[in-house]
Amino acid sequence: MNPTHTGTTRTGARTRPGVEVSASDRPRLAPHVRLTFCRTRQRQILLNPETVVVLNDTGADILALCDGRHTVAQIVTELGTRYQTVPDDEVRQYLTRLVARRWVELDDG
Amino acid sequence: MDSPFGLLAELTYRCPLACPYCSNPLNMADFQDELTTDEWRRVLAEAGDLGVLQCHLSGGEPLLRRDLVEIVADAHGLGLYTNLVTSALGLSRPKADQLRAAGLDHVQISIQADEPTVSDRIAGVPSFQRKIEAMGLVKELGWPLTMNVVLHRYNIDHVADVLGLAEELGADRVELANTQYYGWGWRNRDALLPSRAQLEAAEAVVRAARERLRDRMDVIYVIPDYYSRYPKPCMGGWASRQLTVTPNGDVLPCPAAQPLPLPRASVREDPLERIWTEAPVMTAFRGTDWMPEPCRSCPRRELDFGGCRCQAFLLTGDAARTDPVCYLSPDHDLVARAVEAANSDSGAGSPPLIPRPHRARRPTQLPGGAG
Repeated sequence: MNPTHTGTTRTGARTRPGVEVSASDRPRLAPHVRLTFCRTRQRQILLNPETVVVLNDTGADILALCDGRHTVAQIVTELGTRYQTVPDDEVRQYLTRLVARRWVELDDG
Repeated sequence: MDSPFGLLAELTYRCPLACPYCSNPLNMADFQDELTTDEWRRVLAEAGDLGVLQCHLSGGEPLLRRDLVEIVADAHGLGLYTNLVTSALGLSRPKADQLRAAGLDHVQISIQADEPTVSDRIAGVPSFQRKIEAMGLVKELGWPLTMNVVLHRYNIDHVADVLGLAEELGADRVELANTQYYGWGWRNRDALLPSRAQLEAAEAVVRAARERLRDRMDVIYVIPDYYSRYPKPCMGGWASRQLTVTPNGDVLPCPAAQPLPLPRASVREDPLERIWTEAPVMTAFRGTDWMPEPCRSCPRRELDFGGCRCQAFLLTGDAARTDPVCYLSPDHDLVARAVEAANSDSGAGSPPLIPRPHRARRPTQLPGGAG
């Protein structure tokens, strides 16, 4: 083997312009990613083939709702009941970044 | 000190292929006493306790381990994300079905070029067709597929067709990985190093492909550090995010660290947690205290961590020096000369490629021995 999956410098598409997340989209996790709880770190984690993302509470809540059933609008509403302020565009920007990384996929309204 | 995120489980160094860029150690015979299934079970459990979340099952060829399905099932049962890094030789349909049922999350299949003649020549055995079939099988079973191609002088000009093949096969990710020069790759470095013109042409193709494929496929490009101004941030820092367990249970910060003159640590002698925390092989270059100048006062010291310790050792004989890839390194000339040689058209030609042996030869062949 060649140790290319173990910390070499790589470049990948970080942003994919043109992806717009709208309120009626139903986001879901891409098939190759998995949401899990790490008992050592006591945090929710997003796992990919080669990366690990330690999530903050809001991120974990958003991703837990990315089940292909909730619309973006519903996720915003749901988070609004849990946190004092959850600006609509922040959720959308967060999801846009995840879609750009191909960690979240969108089903049209 | 943080907990490690990833475990690279090198299950065996046996391999049906003989790729000359292989990063496995030259002294493979020292690793023949492979961990048992029960020992791997314990290692995985200890890794999980330590905070490991991802398990990369690699080698050599991990499918040569008859207990691979059990190991995958164990890792999956511990909640680890499991990634099989394979040549695909031995990935039959029944084996794939078993691995799928055991919870394997992701498959990375290497291929040596876009077409059989070059691919089989680099691999040293006819394997191209079986790899294509295996990639089809992986997609058919609904796994995410990464196609990995290690790039070097003899295939980098094929990068457009490699991308075309990945697209045709429906790969989710394609990893175009410039050779990293360790193990057999280090031995073959002067033959494998591409020219600057080859790299520039390939990189233009990669940039265009990313744009074209952005909705369908991730195109990952592992940079050729010999041509870089600064070194790679190797492993995200020594013993910072990952650890490697070799086939015989040695624990290393990365698979290339085996030749470094550091005291051996083994899962057969100590718990993984103690090794990670206090074994000299882990602590030697952790953090920034070990750094010499020019790293010590460099604003990039927390960005690239002084580059790769193993590369510094291979090039200078001292693992504590700045990675000579860095243009600020006092040893940079060592890299510059290799690059210059790769770009000279003196007509001498490249040295011959030495194939990696399929399996370790016994260190001593005694006449009349049991062999």
